[in-house]
Amino acid sequence: MADKTLDAKGLNCPLPILRAKKAINEISPGQTLEVLATDPGAVADFAAFCRTTGNELVESGQTGNVYRFVIKKT
Amino acid sequence: MADNPKSMSIIVTKGSLDWAYPPFILATTAAAMDVKVTMFFTFYGLELLKKKLDLQVSPLGNPAMKMPMAGMHMAMPNLVGMLPGVDAAATVMMKNMIKKKGVASIEDLRMAAVESDVKMIACQMTMDLFEYKMEDMIEGPVLGGAASWVDLATKSDINLFI
Repeated sequence: MADKTLDAKGLNCPLPILRAKKAINEISPGQTLEVLATDPGAVADFAAFCRTTGNELVESGQTGNVYRFVIKKT
Repeated sequence: MADNPKSMSIIVTKGSLDWAYPPFILATTAAAMDVKVTMFFTFYGLELLKKKLDLQVSPLGNPAMKMPMAGMHMAMPNLVGMLPGVDAAATVMMKNMIKKKGVASIEDLRMAAVESDVKMIACQMTMDLFEYKMEDMIEGPVLGGAASWVDLATKSDINLFI
């Protein structure tokens, strides 16, 4: 169970990343953020976001047309 | 937050609705990825700093701009693009698509840029040339010239001209 969930479904680039950044600012290091998105570009983008920011991408998966990411704040 | 953040500068030269997107998307995303961003607005790019935005898109001279018409996507012949009202119609159409597809408005992206501490420089020479006033611009931009950009560009990891 993530500490916070962000529903970014229906949003297009770069909004899921911008909203995720805002949400990460609201959690503490060690806590996790779950992001739900429908933008297929989000798969590559959240991996890139985590590589650059040093946050950990704990999970990246898909159910139907919804992508789910779990990011652990470092 | 990284201890030693990377930095990026973007020279913003265009002021149409379509060309407003790349600089603001890259600036806000880079800022969200802890990159220190500076945007240098010059010539038509300064239009993007005005308090009240009235950005237009023109199909004229842009054969790559296809518009949804009669269930298909069609390019507009220049002869039609020249007609009065076509730019306005194309702008309305694009704004509708933007809303429908969950794409952010330029106003929202610009606000996100300001909120994420993207530094903005307004080109003094163009301000003077076009007789723009700082009071017509949003809060935040500072005045600067080419030397300001060269100085920060020599220290930036990424420099873009859009």
